[in-house]
Amino acid sequence: MMLTDIKSGNGHNGEYIDFYNAPTKRKGIFKWIFSTDHKRIGILYLVSLLTFFSVAVIFGFLMRLELIAPGKTIMDPQTYNQIFTLHGVIMIFLFIIPGIPAVFGNFLLPLMIGARDVAFPRLNLLSWWLFILGGFVAVISLFLPGGPADTGWTFYIPYSVRTNTNVIPALMGAFILGFSSILTGLNFITTIHRMRAPGMSWFKMPLFVWSLYATGWIQILATPIVGITLLLVAIERWFGVGIFDPALGGDPILYQHLFWIYSHPAVYIMILPAMGVISEVIPVFSRRTIFGYKFIAFSSIAIAFFGSLVWAHHMFTVGMSGTAMWIFSLLTFLVAIPSAIKVFNWVSTLYKGSIELEPPMLFALAFIFNFTIGGFTGLMQGALSLNIHIHDTYFIVGHFHYVMFGGTGFGIFAAIHHWFPKMFGKMYNKRNAKISFALILGGFQLLYFPMFIMGYLGMPRRYYDYLPEFHIWHLLSTIGSWILIPGLILMFVNLIMALKKGQRAEANPWGGVTLEWTIPSPPSFENFEKIPVVEKEPYDFTHYELGEEVKN
Amino acid sequence: MLTNASNFIKEVDGVFLFILGISLLLLIMITVLMVIFVFKYNRKKNPKPRNIKGNTTLEIIWTVIPTVLAVGMFYYGWYGYKKMTAAPKDAYEINVIAKMWKWDFTYPNGVTIDSLVVPINKPVKLNIKSIDVNHSFFIPAFRIKKDAIPNKDNYLWFIPQEKGVYDILCAEYCGLRHAYMYSKIYVVHQDEFDEWMKKLSVKINQ
Repeated sequence: MMLTDIKSGNGHNGEYIDFYNAPTKRKGIFKWIFSTDHKRIGILYLVSLLTFFSVAVIFGFLMRLELIAPGKTIMDPQTYNQIFTLHGVIMIFLFIIPGIPAVFGNFLLPLMIGARDVAFPRLNLLSWWLFILGGFVAVISLFLPGGPADTGWTFYIPYSVRTNTNVIPALMGAFILGFSSILTGLNFITTIHRMRAPGMSWFKMPLFVWSLYATGWIQILATPIVGITLLLVAIERWFGVGIFDPALGGDPILYQHLFWIYSHPAVYIMILPAMGVISEVIPVFSRRTIFGYKFIAFSSIAIAFFGSLVWAHHMFTVGMSGTAMWIFSLLTFLVAIPSAIKVFNWVSTLYKGSIELEPPMLFALAFIFNFTIGGFTGLMQGALSLNIHIHDTYFIVGHFHYVMFGGTGFGIFAAIHHWFPKMFGKMYNKRNAKISFALILGGFQLLYFPMFIMGYLGMPRRYYDYLPEFHIWHLLSTIGSWILIPGLILMFVNLIMALKKGQRAEANPWGGVTLEWTIPSPPSFENFEKIPVVEKEPYDFTHYELGEEVKN
Repeated sequence: MLTNASNFIKEVDGVFLFILGISLLLLIMITVLMVIFVFKYNRKKNPKPRNIKGNTTLEIIWTVIPTVLAVGMFYYGWYGYKKMTAAPKDAYEINVIAKMWKWDFTYPNGVTIDSLVVPINKPVKLNIKSIDVNHSFFIPAFRIKKDAIPNKDNYLWFIPQEKGVYDILCAEYCGLRHAYMYSKIYVVHQDEFDEWMKKLSVKINQ
């Protein structure tokens, strides 16, 4: 305490002390769970999210095992229905929606715009606590009599009203998690507006910041709708007011509309930040500026805007008016355009670069491949006549796993490998990381590609059992999970080993040029000794073109 | 793929193959370009990058072409869907009731059975409703599907064009025995259909 200055977190002569060792009044775990430091909160989220992710992966593994052959394999239908619900609820609400913004947004946003923290550090800590509380409430449903919900993550009424399982705790959990999401979005938007370093104009912001900005607006504007919907469900249950339940004179389609008005934009809450990650990783490992900066930045905003207007494409078979059908179908096709623009610009960024296939780059390139397949199969679902056939089949399951896992999931893995040295000051074993990448990519394709085929052949989703003609595809898919999961385990073991035994990472191991690479790894408590003045563009790699190895 | 089992197969499979073709072309193009760039411009061969900031002409090209393609895909899908909603007035109407976890089919003469028998080459219109939770009536071989929802009158129609037996599945999750909510549709000649109907009516009336 004598040697250090609590306010700046630096040594008394202003020498560098990393934020893990920065002086604080708190001890042990309280250093973490009561810290308002955006970096500690980011790592808190990382640990919590990966815990939830691991649990949901185990549920996914069990589902695949059950489906390895027709008939009962390891569990009864009720258990299966609860497990696929848990898999969906945990993956969506507790892993992939908070996902990149909560972990990497928190850790990196202030670093990338040259700030000492987010605009509202205490609100930020509250967001994490709400997240944990929401997760806890959802987990409680596991242990209450009746067991976890068996409705699927969509909680469609009337089934969710009739089932005896614990739907209400799960909804309560989602309600609380919604607030966590709204507050994070609010915090980031304010931070981006108010706390950029001098000289960092909007078009000098890194593209990851742009994607967080677009995401923030969706979080603020769309999330309240799911909150309101869940309140309406509670009012209906407690006071018997007929809103959604047909037995009370309500309209179950209204529930679906309200649910998807949130949950479709939520898909973009999941994918946009991952696109931001890819826009960071590709220039760094190509050592050149990004192609079409403004087009990538504005396409994020366009995706956020159009993505908010396409929700009813989840409902093409419920019997909507012809007008609603064609409008939602057309808008669905239009939202594909900004995504296509991003893909073309990323690929062009490789052109005449100086490319090194380090682990983050491998995950980023695989993202482009998977996301392209996910996007094209999305177009297929946008076409009305075709949608009627593939709606609610495994085709959909394949599609959203390609986007959510092959896209956002790979984006998260790219981000972890890219910023791991910055976050922890250690470098992982790159060879192991590449082996795990190969296993994950191969296992992923074998696990999810057969779903397109069996889906088109007519295999409905959420089936405990199936007709014998689908056996081969289910078998292949299950074998894929046996390749994917060892890959995930290897990846995480490799990273955990690096925490213990990894070599010290330099401040800038990859040669990046955004602001987070100009400060030591891990950063000091206050990030920047002096707030930087930004003059250059965010991806100014001209020094490599001039042949200078190290940036001055 | 592209069988003749119902009148919508050409529409649905046609759109599928159309989008699949374009998608495969673009996917191959994107992947091949990525692989070529990664090899051609790898750091050993190409230590000095070139900072190309963008190209407005290219941006316009790859905005306009996908837009045209997307609108084409939209139109093709919508065109087929319009046919799916335009049930002919003289279609043979059967009422379908979905309930956990069973289908009931009621014929114009009041006979109710648990599987569907229809005459070949005649338009059939199914009026679909649920009496409990949401279900979805799905015949994969015919490329048709419609949700069964309480308090809501939905319908679909089709012309069965090949004799045979096809699966009817429930596509909207409906609880414990969702995966077992199967039935069959038998497509038979008009003569067989009439005879079967006569026998069934006699049996029911006894």
